[in-house]
Amino acid sequence: MSHRLGTGGRLIDRARPMDFTFNGKSMRGYAGDSLGAALLGAGQVLVGRSFKYHRPRGIVASGAEEPNALVGLGEGQRFEPNQRVTTTELFSGLKAVSQNHWPSLEFDVGAVNAKLWRFFPAGFYYKTFISPRPLWKHVYEPIIRRSAGLGKAPDAETRDADRYEQLYAYCDVIVAGGGVAGLKAARQAADEGKRVILTEQNPHFGGRAVVDGIEVEGQAAEDWVKAQVAALQAMPNVTVLDRTMVSGVYDHGYVLAYQRVADHTPGAEKPRHRLWRVRAGQVISATGAIERPLSFAGNDIPGVMLASAIRDFVVNYAVSPGKKVAIVTNNDDAYRTALALHAVGVTVPAVIDARKEVTGDLPAKARAAGIRVIEDCAVRYVEGGKSVTGVQLCRFNSDGGAVIETLACDALGMSGGWSPVVHLWSHCGGKLTWDEGRALFRPDANRPPLGHDGQGFVTCVGASNGEFDDEGEAAMLPVWLMPAQASYELRAKAWLDPQNDVKVSDVQLAAKEGYASVEHTKRYTTLGMATDQGKLSNINGLAILSDALGQPIPQTGTTTFRPPYTPISIGAIGGEARGGIFQPLRKTPIYDWHMAQGAYWEPVGHWRRPYCYPKTGETHGDAVKREINQVRKSVGLLDASTLGKIIVKGPDAGRFMDMLYTNMMSNLKVGKCRYGLMCNENGFLSDDGVVARLSEDTFLCHTTSGGADRIHGWMEDWLQCEWWDWKVHVVNLTEQYAQIAVVGPNARKVIEKVGADFDLSAESFPFMDWKEGKIGGIEARAFRISFSGELSYEIAVPASKGQAFWDKLMAAGAEFGVMPYGTEALHVMRAEKGFIMIGDETDGTVIPQDLGLNWAISKKKEDFLGKRGMEREAMVSPDRWQLVGLETLDGSVLPDGALAPLPGKNDNGQQETQGRVTSTYFSPTLGKGIAMGIVHNGPKRMGEVIQFQSAAGGTVAARIVDPCFYDKAGEKQNV
Amino acid sequence: MTRYSAFAIAREAMRQHTGWQKAWASPEPKAHYDVVIVGAGGHGLATAYYLGKNFGITNVAIIEKGWLGGGNTGRNTTIIRSNYLQDPSAAIYEKARSLYETMSQDLNYNVMFSPRGVMMLAQTEHEVRGYKRTEMANKLQGVETRFIGPAEVKRLVPIMNIEGPRYPVLGALWQARGGTARHDAVAWGYARACSAMGMHVIQNCEVIGVESVGGQVSAVATTKGTIGCNKLGIVVAGHSGHLANMAGFRLPIESVALQAMVSEPIKPAMDVVVMANTVHGYMSQSDKGEMVIGGGADHFNNYTQRGSWQHIEETVRALIETFPMLSRLKMLRQWGGIVDMTGDRSPIISKTPLGNTFINCGWGTGGFKAIPGSGWAMAELIAKGEPGSLARDFSMFRFREGRFIDESVAAGVAH
Ligand SMILES: Cc1cc2nc3c(=O)[nH]c(=O)nc-3n(C[C@H](O)[C@H](O)[C@H](O)COP(=O)(O)OP(=O)(O)OC[C@H]3O[C@@H](n4cnc5c(N)ncnc54)[C@H](O)[C@@H]3O)c2cc1C
Repeated sequence: MSHRLGTGGRLIDRARPMDFTFNGKSMRGYAGDSLGAALLGAGQVLVGRSFKYHRPRGIVASGAEEPNALVGLGEGQRFEPNQRVTTTELFSGLKAVSQNHWPSLEFDVGAVNAKLWRFFPAGFYYKTFISPRPLWKHVYEPIIRRSAGLGKAPDAETRDADRYEQLYAYCDVIVAGGGVAGLKAARQAADEGKRVILTEQNPHFGGRAVVDGIEVEGQAAEDWVKAQVAALQAMPNVTVLDRTMVSGVYDHGYVLAYQRVADHTPGAEKPRHRLWRVRAGQVISATGAIERPLSFAGNDIPGVMLASAIRDFVVNYAVSPGKKVAIVTNNDDAYRTALALHAVGVTVPAVIDARKEVTGDLPAKARAAGIRVIEDCAVRYVEGGKSVTGVQLCRFNSDGGAVIETLACDALGMSGGWSPVVHLWSHCGGKLTWDEGRALFRPDANRPPLGHDGQGFVTCVGASNGEFDDEGEAAMLPVWLMPAQASYELRAKAWLDPQNDVKVSDVQLAAKEGYASVEHTKRYTTLGMATDQGKLSNINGLAILSDALGQPIPQTGTTTFRPPYTPISIGAIGGEARGGIFQPLRKTPIYDWHMAQGAYWEPVGHWRRPYCYPKTGETHGDAVKREINQVRKSVGLLDASTLGKIIVKGPDAGRFMDMLYTNMMSNLKVGKCRYGLMCNENGFLSDDGVVARLSEDTFLCHTTSGGADRIHGWMEDWLQCEWWDWKVHVVNLTEQYAQIAVVGPNARKVIEKVGADFDLSAESFPFMDWKEGKIGGIEARAFRISFSGELSYEIAVPASKGQAFWDKLMAAGAEFGVMPYGTEALHVMRAEKGFIMIGDETDGTVIPQDLGLNWAISKKKEDFLGKRGMEREAMVSPDRWQLVGLETLDGSVLPDGALAPLPGKNDNGQQETQGRVTSTYFSPTLGKGIAMGIVHNGPKRMGEVIQFQSAAGGTVAARIVDPCFYDKAGEKQNV
Repeated sequence: MTRYSAFAIAREAMRQHTGWQKAWASPEPKAHYDVVIVGAGGHGLATAYYLGKNFGITNVAIIEKGWLGGGNTGRNTTIIRSNYLQDPSAAIYEKARSLYETMSQDLNYNVMFSPRGVMMLAQTEHEVRGYKRTEMANKLQGVETRFIGPAEVKRLVPIMNIEGPRYPVLGALWQARGGTARHDAVAWGYARACSAMGMHVIQNCEVIGVESVGGQVSAVATTKGTIGCNKLGIVVAGHSGHLANMAGFRLPIESVALQAMVSEPIKPAMDVVVMANTVHGYMSQSDKGEMVIGGGADHFNNYTQRGSWQHIEETVRALIETFPMLSRLKMLRQWGGIVDMTGDRSPIISKTPLGNTFINCGWGTGGFKAIPGSGWAMAELIAKGEPGSLARDFSMFRFREGRFIDESVAAGVAH
């Protein structure tokens, strides 16, 4: 049965019909329709099922506040659950399916829950399913969880076919809401020359005024709005955005606005959503008000709608929810709906008014139009199941025992007054005040959210501020329950939150049981926790709660308003940052080359480094072994560009370096390198690396790849917060250089072949020196440092020359069989040599002394970061675990992280231990497993065999040995 | 206290649910109690409960400035696990986890403990080694965990993308007996049980001062007047610094915002809890069907219970990569809590410089899972005046002594 009216509909274009399907059934609407309007127009009153009881659900509202009419939209990679039909624009080919039912919308097995409602009061699950315990785990919980959720989950492997975008914007004023108040506010700010962003969540402007057909500044609202929008659009200092909702206001005027660019044109070459990240001087909330439902039995039956929503459907889309539409109200505004229906020829059997006497202008007009007005009356009960068939009436001030009349109707409009939309005011802490006369919470202008300057930065205007153009209207009568003394049976069928199935009786039960804070009630009953976040239910619910507690409404207060105003897509939050670049991807200058070689990558912070370069048929293990053998035998290249390179410069550089490092750095000679350690204030080792003194006042600090940014921040922290008067600058030059390690017995030969304009010989360029010059015609700085124990030059060249330099080295090295090697070979070789690795040997609990690095801790310096930390009792204890090498007796590789258990348990029943493995590898050089570990008193126990956990679950014996397994005398690196 | 059961519900259903009693009483404060606990979050309430249950001390008031459970206890993402690295941590979290298993029966209140399994993804070689280390440690600590491979990860969580492109899943540390519980119910269940033992849960009463005589606590000043006590337990999470200040000592605690968010509810899509520490995000699906999402804590100190958008964004981006279908869902609500962070990311259960005054704090981003274990240990400390084996290592003086219990090693995001 079509509910589309023959004429009218200010937003639809009857010349452009659009076909769509609902649960597979073909239907037709018009361009300009919301999906809700199109469904209702096609006579589809039943659109969903509720969460708990699976009760039939129809459309209640006409906008963002809709709690019931949620559908799954689209298919496959464009499927989306829980789409509100009232804010979904219709397009040709739209496919929608209803939710939360089995096997079908019309016949839902889950609806037995509704029959058992007496057994499912608020919080019933806290009181039951308690014993026996195994039943909870194996029966009850799985059932509860299976019945969870509303919409269908997108398919497991779904990859979103759409793209999303984010934009940054700055403005003096952002106005949320394009109704009359918003347009006026935007215009005023714009005329003052301010930069203005005006947003409207709908595709059309004008808000309620254009529906109610009032006059603004002497003009018909429709014309006034058109003119204002056009004028604003023409102003260079104004950005006008439709389909854009301000979703949240954050501290310091940070505002998120969510623009639904292409929801109505899926597949178009546009981003689906755009998230505007706005820094605004002032936020003007012109977000209007939302009508409140009334609480009476059966108010959840499809066909019971907000009176204002009915008006919207009639005026905007020429859709009426029924042929015979009754209205129930406590205020004059609802008479507008009666009149609007009457005007288009829909029968209004009566307006049921709770007030004793109905006197205002609007009711007078209704009466004049021949509409019956029943005073001092309440809806006792709505008859019907999947749609309304009639309403039973009773006296308002009664318990509903006596039916005074049954009115036949197929839809019912309800109006309980209006609630300003104060969300944006409240997100950052704006406080509310209770307006007794209109029974609503409005912003308390004296307690606004405060900005960085201690001044309010959000202003509410128009209905959002509780201002209504209600001249000539008689006072409303606050009505929180209908009839006023409704019996339990009626209260238990009077819905507050129709999505979550929270009823008046549930809130009353919560109050009775002591869940008296509004937050307790919310959480106990789930009131307001549905996808509409209580836009319709909260005020009614807390009024019921206040009444049950015998306290005034403002004393009960509201729950916290949290962003977003209505749900925003997670895709939009992600924005463009997805796939390979969902986080910044840092590439070395030689990245593409590695890629072309088929490198197997290892993420290191935001970098990717080659772990190894497997050749066809090789496992990663094979590749690592080959790379190590080649380096040890001849020569290999490592792209070490990720290594942190921080310049410390200034007259106080030496002093600063002495504070940062545990070693003495100020006495390092220009031209020399020194290995140094950095600790945090607690004395724990946090980073290490080689420092080169570039000039009297300049140091270059090499840090670990993962640590560069952290250490740079750490340096700045000290310089900015503590030593701000020291004359030192630090700069992170990590990405300015490509750094390539040429490593192996033939390293020098390779560089000589490339051609250096300085002497590379051991005599003039010894170990731990650095030199500058040209190599292969490229400006370079070479450091004679080694992390492998081999002859090694680490050469930094400008990043832009990195690839060229690498190519030269590869070409020159060809005759020596040069190979690139990756991070794993690097790790194994450093372990063979007994060098510690930050993050393996250290974990934030290890001090340098534990690792035998006492030699790197200056005794001469008065202070350095971590010095006092290291002097604490537990740090100087002789019982600390200390670094040793470990060799299994059977040559096997110790498992990662294996502990050395001792017999006996501690007071908490845990096995005692005496050490653990920190690094463990198969060493191709030695042909067996080698490991490093920290062991109780380790260095004093050389040669001792102790047990470690084995991979299989037992233990494996390992001998405590020196951590240096390779070339202890350093004959290979110092040549 | 009327016992809760299916039978009780059936009985009440027949009489319009008129027979239910208040879950807890709301008495006016007495002039004096044996023990006053400040803070009716999970930890404060659990402390009181075990004082009564394990030590028979029931002349106890739990004083709460707002509504009980309204601090972090009612804001957290409810992950429960005990696969910690360091011995003292594993001990107290495992004690807590095991108490969670029987909490509904103990309290006669269904806290919906759901041992659905907690998975911590390893997405770098470094993380693989780290979790293997934890697995080894857990074996000796009596905590059941297992390092599992990518195929098993995918089997347990079909909506997960394990192939990268940035951080392919290399494996995961799996604790099958970890899970979630209903946060409010934990607070409510304890409050009801405390009230039933005759303790006073006093809400809307802020402690504004601590009074002492001769170096021993004597009373607390509150917005409802002065309340005397022999012993004082301070259990106020993000506000610990304030309370310590009132009691005349300083704490090595910083308060920062930690945020979380939920999606709109969908039909069951993910059975287990997944934490992805490299990319900073974690997710589970609530019994209502919402995807519950959290990430890292803010870097700046804050008391507003709101956080920075940047973290939500970072977390969401990471999780879209991990669970691509998320992109088609919507964020329903975001919120924040103020968490109390210590320098080593481990808690404090300790005597304090003020006599007969004890503090329990520093649970930071991960204390929901610890509630029963922490209450157990804190009750023992208050009752005996000395810490037992569970609390011993968590003294606030450990920072001065250098006895850190650093857990940040094992988890970037420590929930
Ligand atoms: C977003 C978020 C996610 C989290 N996720 C997890 C997780 O997944 N798993 C996990 O294990 N942990 C998680 N946590 C941490 C966990 O929530 C906390 O560690 C735990 O709840 C702390 O409990 P509590 O009882 O110590 O503190 P709270 O619950 O905060 O209780 C402290 C109470 O003290 C009261 N109080 C403060 N000052 C006063 C005063 N002067 N007088 C009287 N009363 C006062 C407060 O009002 C509050 O009710 C998360 C935290 C947050 C914020």
